[in-house]
Amino acid sequence: METAKVTGERIKSYLSTGKRFDGRKQDEFRDITIETGISEKAEGSARVKIGNTEVIVGVKLSVSEPYPDSPNKGNLMVTSELLPLSSERFESGPPKFPAIELGRLIDRAIRESKFINLEKLCIKEGEKVWSVFIDIYSINYDGNLIDAAGIGAILSLKTAYLPKYDQENEKVLYGEHTDQKIPLSEELPIVITSHKIGGNIIVDPTIEEEDVSETRITIGGSVEGKLFSIQKGGIKEITVEEMDKLLEMNDNARKKVYSQIKKYL
Amino acid sequence: MSDKMERQIVIPGEVIAKGENYLPGSGTEKIGDEIVSTKYGLAELSDRLIKVISLSGIYQPRKGNVVIGKVENITFYGWVISLDAPETSFLPLQEIPRYVNKGDLSEVLDIGDMIVAKILDVTSRGIDLTMKSRGLEKINEGIIVKINSNKVPRIIGKEGSMINLIKKGSGCEITVGQNGLIWIKGKNIEDELLVKRAINFVSEKSFTNGLTEEVKKWFENEGKPINE
Repeated sequence: METAKVTGERIKSYLSTGKRFDGRKQDEFRDITIETGISEKAEGSARVKIGNTEVIVGVKLSVSEPYPDSPNKGNLMVTSELLPLSSERFESGPPKFPAIELGRLIDRAIRESKFINLEKLCIKEGEKVWSVFIDIYSINYDGNLIDAAGIGAILSLKTAYLPKYDQENEKVLYGEHTDQKIPLSEELPIVITSHKIGGNIIVDPTIEEEDVSETRITIGGSVEGKLFSIQKGGIKEITVEEMDKLLEMNDNARKKVYSQIKKYL
Repeated sequence: MSDKMERQIVIPGEVIAKGENYLPGSGTEKIGDEIVSTKYGLAELSDRLIKVISLSGIYQPRKGNVVIGKVENITFYGWVISLDAPETSFLPLQEIPRYVNKGDLSEVLDIGDMIVAKILDVTSRGIDLTMKSRGLEKINEGIIVKINSNKVPRIIGKEGSMINLIKKGSGCEITVGQNGLIWIKGKNIEDELLVKRAINFVSEKSFTNGLTEEVKKWFENEGKPINE
């Protein structure tokens, strides 16, 4: 059941005094726990928990034809599935808007940051390139799946190894990993989503806070302050002053998240 | 199992007792001469009857239950209410203790409003609700907390001991719906959040013995000791 209106009113009025229900500060994340290499079959994988929110991200690689407009570049595809086991709000079946959007948000941040050096994933120009598939699965939903998925995506890319490729038979030998990693750049695209609730800006909302959120802005950026992607969701407007505050908060949150995840990189 | 048993956690298929000395109650089944649990929960013995109090699963509506629900839809004759149960329920116009202008039902209860209601009847057609009784009302302020409905008996405690303790410790008004939704209304939001944390504490520790004492200690740790 969605958060009740009366509870929403309480969240808003409490937030206007600068406090949140779980006692966090507005730019404070919940505890982040990370496990990498959780899947044997995937080339790279990670389990990310932010509070009670949990996602599993896996990276698979295969060899396929490049797209005609980028004959010398590898392919990248990000998909997400919101599993019914993670929340009573998700149902099985073809992906609906939230699942598609989640994949697109992570895709854009990784693609536009040029985090993966797609040129180096070219095997033979115009014929064969590596395709990188990033699959996101929600295990438990308590708000802020986007940021958890973003962290999971970069960690599973970082820990992934290319499988062996048999040139003669044109076959990928899955299960036999080389010690070659996916060519990645140094600049890490960390996705941070800020929400506007009754004129206040917060990061890392719980499910209750996400329910009363009026607007959200997802920004993929580096720790140094470079922005790669930005997307707005939700129905309400956002003023210039609020945007300034949001950008500052977003930056602070990104630095804090980076300090928590850097030991796994 | 000894005669003087403590509550024990059982899983489906677990043999609770053997022999002809015991009778199977709710949540158990007799297979051969063994009494086997059909649910995950706490096995309890009263006289010779063994029953299992379930600890998981979805809310099963029963006649007479006080529940908290959300207005999902408005029809010509009443309101469709969601109780977080397998079926939706219906609150007819006649079951509101006041005059309702038939032209505008949303004046009384609008979509998204929360109410405290009582289950009048559960039939094959659906669940009928009423608001014609003391304490049944529209929820205007406060916070709503959701817990597993199977843990509601633990939140209330024996003869209301647990809920009265929490009320005393926090000074809040608390209404517990049998469907697992709990309405907390206090003087300020801090008190309400204290209750929310206390309820989460109880529902996490719902299988331990002497829980009332632990909750007393918990309130002390929170800096709000309860004076008897």
